[in-house]
Amino acid sequence: MNIGDWLFKNLTRLFAVLVLAIVALMAWEMIRGSGASIGEFGWGFLTSSEWDPVQDLYGALPFIYGTVVSSLIALAIALPLSLGSAIFLSEIAPRWIEGPVAFMVELLAAIPSIVYGLWGMFVLVPWLRASVEPVISKNLGFIPLFRGAPYGFGMLAAGIILAIMILPIITSISRDVLRAIPGTQREAALALGATKWESTRIILASGKSGFLGATLLGLGRAVGETMAVTMVIGNRPEISLSLFDPGYSMASVIANEFAEATTEMYTSALIEIALVLFVVTLVLNAFARFIVWSVTKTSGGSR
Amino acid sequence: MKNNQYGVTVITTLAVILTMAFSATGTAQLKLNGAGATFPYVIYSKWFDVYHGKTGIEFNYQSIGSGGGVKQVIEGTVDFGATDGPMSDEQLAEAKKKRGTEVLHIPTVMGAVAVTYNLPEAGTDLRLTPDVLAGIFLGEITMWNDGKIAAVNPGKALPEEGIIVAHRSDGSGTTHIFSDYLAKVSRKWNDKVGRGKSLKWPVGLGGKGNEGVAGIIKQSEGSIGYVELAYAVQNKLPYVALKNRAGEYVLPTFEAVSAAAAGAIKDMPGDLRVSITDADGKGAYPISGFTWLLVYKSMKDQAKKKAMGDFLTWAMTDGQSYAKDLYYAPLPAEVVQLCNRKIDAITGK
Repeated sequence: MNIGDWLFKNLTRLFAVLVLAIVALMAWEMIRGSGASIGEFGWGFLTSSEWDPVQDLYGALPFIYGTVVSSLIALAIALPLSLGSAIFLSEIAPRWIEGPVAFMVELLAAIPSIVYGLWGMFVLVPWLRASVEPVISKNLGFIPLFRGAPYGFGMLAAGIILAIMILPIITSISRDVLRAIPGTQREAALALGATKWESTRIILASGKSGFLGATLLGLGRAVGETMAVTMVIGNRPEISLSLFDPGYSMASVIANEFAEATTEMYTSALIEIALVLFVVTLVLNAFARFIVWSVTKTSGGSR
Repeated sequence: MKNNQYGVTVITTLAVILTMAFSATGTAQLKLNGAGATFPYVIYSKWFDVYHGKTGIEFNYQSIGSGGGVKQVIEGTVDFGATDGPMSDEQLAEAKKKRGTEVLHIPTVMGAVAVTYNLPEAGTDLRLTPDVLAGIFLGEITMWNDGKIAAVNPGKALPEEGIIVAHRSDGSGTTHIFSDYLAKVSRKWNDKVGRGKSLKWPVGLGGKGNEGVAGIIKQSEGSIGYVELAYAVQNKLPYVALKNRAGEYVLPTFEAVSAAAAGAIKDMPGDLRVSITDADGKGAYPISGFTWLLVYKSMKDQAKKKAMGDFLTWAMTDGQSYAKDLYYAPLPAEVVQLCNRKIDAITGK
């Protein structure tokens, strides 16, 4: 074999293996680093709500809850918006609108999260506190989700910020999914006398698993977001049913407390939170990959 | 042509690097590495800069946080450390075992924690007692028109509005000083919450950094929280006059902070690890604290040892004059005297 070919093959192979090695090394380091905390608290770490650095007692439940709930709120808001704009862009809008709008949506993804955080703190939070939360709690206060004092800072604010941040990724992937669906399907539906709405519904049905993949990738981003969330969520490790109450997320507590974590158990507990977050993100991403793979497999050949 | 240009760039770059390397070795510059607290970073970088200009000795300081500074001093990866909270006895013993020499605490400047609030009806001259402050942060006093607040603010029409407590969410020396004070003045706080850089807060919202807490306070009417005095002064936040042990209502000013240190002097332990919160003395602001440099009593490198000693001597004299402009309180003369004795122990005078 040509020496150049051999070098090229093995060099690229080395790079591929390195990526895997980094992930494995990270997992290993986190398991090792959280050893003290795993030994002390066991599975109870995942179910305890106590987080008291003074007493050296740690439990991750409020952080897991905060991460999951704020991400779900984000999805609930972002999903209809993203799908709607993706459908509009690929099915309805004329070319000269599609290009610029798609570009603007993707531009949203380039804004640093600290900027979203600042905007959240100085614009979104006061607005929620003064105009939105009092109105909702007056009219829908009988639902436990909307009870409590309107601080502005809290789970709802975090969810809204996250929704804006994951909007571009869901929109652009959904748009790609829609464009991957062969035009013959649309034409066939229209030829049978279907209206625009009916043909779009048929298209949507065949892109279903692709949208799920896009959603999961968005969710993955929401789960790992740190800075913007910590600036608006209120940073209170408590589980409360109300969306107006402050909460806390896994990524935020690590960013906030790691630098000054002095005792060994404290550091270890924070690393264990990182491990939990790592596992959650890994599972979500693997799931998303699998779904994206399954949709491209079925529709790829007809391009 | 393109290759040629590339070659020229490489040669120029190399030449620049080499010149820099030679000029560095030519003057045989001494370099001391340190790491630790973020709170005194501003004055330390000023000091290191001025001192470098005077003597050519270079200090490299990384403000990674007090906890990190203490860890690195114990591991011996730095020439000096810096912290806002003194090292514990166990940490000192560990350092001595690992490094074979004592670690000394040298106070450098002082800071204070201001209690700031957002309540237009209360104006800018709100007063609080230690009991009431603890009650608010314990979540026992929840309304601004509570009788206990009204009792110390006669003539003020306080609104019937909920109190929103704001605190630091990141581990911080500021939280340590604040909770140390509350633990001293309230038995309940001491038993239920305790003191530390991060706490299990009974109530309130967490903000990241001084700016995070200030952000919550500015955005929320009816809020109260604590920030570093320097931050409160620079941002012109209104702050509370607190009742001290002498019974006076004192605003956090540099004079009041220095007075707290002077008041604590009679209880000053030999190793200068002392909390001066809730200090005795006239005009003393009760939530004040030192920030320390951590230095090794003996260093193997004689040149570094001399440089460290000389620098500390300078910091105690000329260095103090930079404090006020940078919003730190200078050490009172009595404390400087005690520090000089420690510095003599390093230089072997």
